Amino acid sequence: MAQPNVVLNNPGMTREQELIAQAQRGQNELFYELVRPYERRVYAAALAILRNESDAEDVAQEAMLKALANIRQFRAEARFSTWLIQITVNEALMRRRRERNAVMEGIDDRRDEEGEYTPRDFADWREIPSEALERKEVRQKLAEALASLDRKYREVFVLRDMEQLNIQETAEALGISIASVKTRLLRARLMLRDLLAGGWEQGWFSRLPFEKGTKPW
Amino acid sequence: MVNQESVNCEQVWRAISSYLEGDVDAGLRAAMDAHFRTCARCKSVLEGTRNVIRLYGDERMIEVPSGFGRRLERRLARSGRVRSRWATWSSWMVPVAAMLVMAGGLKVASSRTVLHPLMSAHAQPGHGIPPDMIVVVSADAKEFHVPGCPFIHNKNKERTMTATEAQREGYVPCVRCMRKYLEVAAAGHTEAGPEVSADADGD
Repeated sequence: MAQPNVVLNNPGMTREQELIAQAQRGQNELFYELVRPYERRVYAAALAILRNESDAEDVAQEAMLKALANIRQFRAEARFSTWLIQITVNEALMRRRRERNAVMEGIDDRRDEEGEYTPRDFADWREIPSEALERKEVRQKLAEALASLDRKYREVFVLRDMEQLNIQETAEALGISIASVKTRLLRARLMLRDLLAGGWEQGWFSRLPFEKGTKPW
Repeated sequence: MVNQESVNCEQVWRAISSYLEGDVDAGLRAAMDAHFRTCARCKSVLEGTRNVIRLYGDERMIEVPSGFGRRLERRLARSGRVRSRWATWSSWMVPVAAMLVMAGGLKVASSRTVLHPLMSAHAQPGHGIPPDMIVVVSADAKEFHVPGCPFIHNKNKERTMTATEAQREGYVPCVRCMRKYLEVAAAGHTEAGPEVSADADGD
């Protein structure tokens, strides 16, 4: 990759480390290049918490600005993507607290954490090829299923399974215990499985253009 | 502790998420593996959950509004750098500015002459007057003068003191005689000589 405007003064560094070091020295011109690979994940984290596209975009931008202003606090032992997402989650949680409906969601949030979740649907599942995601219809169904989850399940699921934070990082970002993350994650995964099983039976997962002799599973 | 030989469906469901994370001990894992071989329902739950994790973990599942990246870049360019500079600047300038204000205040307070802190040194009344120069003040007037100045009021109530004492008592230099005295002194034609260059507040 051509990097004409950057002097790589430490060949042992990755491109990301070099960009971080530059930003920490106050050279912010290439900050967008640094955060660009993560902009989608940052947006998704904000959206998982706020459920409103324009709020999520605004918070994503605020989080990037905050990361820029605090770049000197970033320590190399952490993953930059994780650090960015944690800032984003924090910004999004603060934004939600300021909003009125947070009170209502908070009440909804307290019930039903301890009860066991029993899978409802035992239809035969096979591996769904990721090519299915090429279809907008499939992506939309998955997004709708996710949006229908209660907040506490959705947040944990997005951070762990979509943002790829580990269990501990997820717990820290949301300010909850590791045990809570595990409980909520289990339930979120099982609920999504049940919600999507219908799609499997109705065929919107399996109606895929695989006729040309390539069997995906 | 779960008995490796007999793990039931409920126990499998409770642990299935951790199983997929690789976060169960070897005994439970073996028991669950055995269970999956015989229980179609739990096998279905396992495969379905695995699909959920894999599909949602795909980058394509994250869709951003059109123009998102462009708007982010613009905002970073517009306010990001400014804010960053401000943050850097303010982090050290605020305490430094506070120290300067305090130091200035102390200097003014400790000075034996009353100076206006916001005026340039050259605009300070009495700038350049030798501190121990003998000057004349008179009652009922606010100025101090070079002895013999024709503009001294109430000559019968004259007092003599040094310039520093006069300023400490609140007298200001006579704009006529003192200015002329300083002009001549600066040109080097007066006995005041090199002392003239010393600031009134130079001590």
